[in-house]
Amino acid sequence: MSEKKNPSNLAVWLGIADNSFTRQKTVKFGDASAVNSGRAYGLITIFAVFLLWWLATSLEWIKPIYWPSFSAVGTRLEILLSEGFRNITLWDHIGISVYRVLSGVFYGAIIGIPLGLAMGLSSVARGMFDPLVEFIRPIPPLALIPLIILWFGIDEFAKIFLLFLASLFIMTISARAGVSSVRISKVHAAYSLGATKFQVLRLVILPNALPEIFTGLRTSMGVCWGTVVAAELVAADRGVGSMIMIAKNFLQTDTVVIGIFIIGIIGFSIEILMRLLEKKLIPWRGKG
Amino acid sequence: MKSLHIKDVTMTFNVPGGEDVHALEHVSLDLKPGELVSVLGPSGCGKSTLLNIIAGFLSPTAGEVTLEDERITGPSSERAVVVNGPSAERGMVFQQGALFEWMTVEKNIAFGPKMAGKPKAEIAATVERLLSVVGLEDFAKKSVYELSGGMQQRVALARCLANDPEVILMDEPLGALDALTREKMQGLVLKLWKETGKTIILITHSVEEALLLGERLIVMAPRPGRIEKEFHLPFAELGLEKTPREVKGMPEFVENRDKILTMIWEMEEDIMGYKEPAA
Ligand SMILES: Nc1ncnc2c1ncn2[C@@H]1O[C@H](COP(=O)(O)OP(=O)(O)O)[C@@H](O)[C@H]1O
Ligand SMILES: [Mg+2]
Repeated sequence: MSEKKNPSNLAVWLGIADNSFTRQKTVKFGDASAVNSGRAYGLITIFAVFLLWWLATSLEWIKPIYWPSFSAVGTRLEILLSEGFRNITLWDHIGISVYRVLSGVFYGAIIGIPLGLAMGLSSVARGMFDPLVEFIRPIPPLALIPLIILWFGIDEFAKIFLLFLASLFIMTISARAGVSSVRISKVHAAYSLGATKFQVLRLVILPNALPEIFTGLRTSMGVCWGTVVAAELVAADRGVGSMIMIAKNFLQTDTVVIGIFIIGIIGFSIEILMRLLEKKLIPWRGKG
Repeated sequence: MKSLHIKDVTMTFNVPGGEDVHALEHVSLDLKPGELVSVLGPSGCGKSTLLNIIAGFLSPTAGEVTLEDERITGPSSERAVVVNGPSAERGMVFQQGALFEWMTVEKNIAFGPKMAGKPKAEIAATVERLLSVVGLEDFAKKSVYELSGGMQQRVALARCLANDPEVILMDEPLGALDALTREKMQGLVLKLWKETGKTIILITHSVEEALLLGERLIVMAPRPGRIEKEFHLPFAELGLEKTPREVKGMPEFVENRDKILTMIWEMEEDIMGYKEPAA
């Protein structure tokens, strides 16, 4: 028998050596769980992208107006951080966008969750709201922007209202799905233990629907983040979206690129944060 | 304690666009207070339907069930349920765990008394007593999903006792457990029966379990679902002194097990309309 030598932790982390889970497997092609992280190749990709960036700008394959150099981005970032963009600090631009998203999701949840629960629990509510929900659901929120500008102009309320709509239907649908995912055996158990309808709702249906509701919140956040940026591109003088739109008008490509990075980083952070929150708040998820 | 009467119960499910399912036809059964009755039968013969009618989750097409003189029309804390068998919901088959996985062991057991509006101190005392009855004193604060399957069923048993019900209805309560854990839990069910003196109906698809956990053993047959035969057995009584393992080794037990197995075997051949190929 030949002893297999264990690869170093670094090699495992980089994904260039089998980890303890995949090591024993003989069938790897076709077994998705045997595909490891391949981090080393990810690092190569990242390095290659930056190398291409550096080459393209320093050898002037691409004009600065289409894509800025590292140093231009660095200097611009310093300016943005110290002076801000058009008299508004970078943090304020980010802050206002995040604030809009949180408000929209908040109001969407406040209205959408009870609505979805009602639709899952009562034929009347389901019958009344189903046509509306099914009709509005496939409409991308961005298609509502013109109407909302006509109604409410371009002030803060209009933007939060748009985001409210975007999250409302996601929250309604997820709360409804949450109700219908409740195992009937648990509801039966609660009644047999003497619970009233209201107690069944509060103590069984609601906690059971929480995982779905949380997924709804996460989706809502993601959709609203995309929507707020787009809405700010159309009509706003503050926010990350408006920042890159205005910067474009001044041909400040470096600001545009920085803005795009920020949008990506914040979208990603929201997702990660929500996942962590979910693990913390709903540890029983998927364990019923 | 109250007696339970199942009077000429018939249950027909109208399946839209399909044939009617005669889940139960003219089923009658009377239970004296404190009886331990096991119900055995091939899957689909209406065992769960019968239990759900007694629990008050379904109302029968004809006939009625009464507890003492009171007609059962809905669920009540007089009739506790413990389930763990497969159940068909919305066209899919689920393992029906009924514990509240978002609560701790303690909170699950306290659920019934809390709903009944009992004072805090009394609830705490009940929980403590039941935890020790099922041997889970050290797990009070654990979440139920952290426990093994066997321990989860211990919690389910403790929870169903917390309201001091008249009747306990168990639908394949040990069905999802491995053989070893299952045998231990059979011992626990007998112990609970002995200590509480409750009327218990226990559905199972294991012949051994039905023999061990039934003073009376009801064998059901499918299509239409009905009571085919009834046995009076000494093994539950014996199981109060001996371990399940010892009882299962007794020659009488083995003899009865084989008799009933043969009967079910023939019943399946008759009713299901297939023959095992000759060896
Ligand atoms: N809600 C329902 N609608 C239609 N058919 C049902 C329903 N519930 C049970 N049945 C049918 O009734 C029969 C008895 O089911 P069940 O009582 O669950 O059997 P068991 O518990 O003995 O396996 C089965 O044929 C099943 O498919
Ligand atoms: Mg069943």
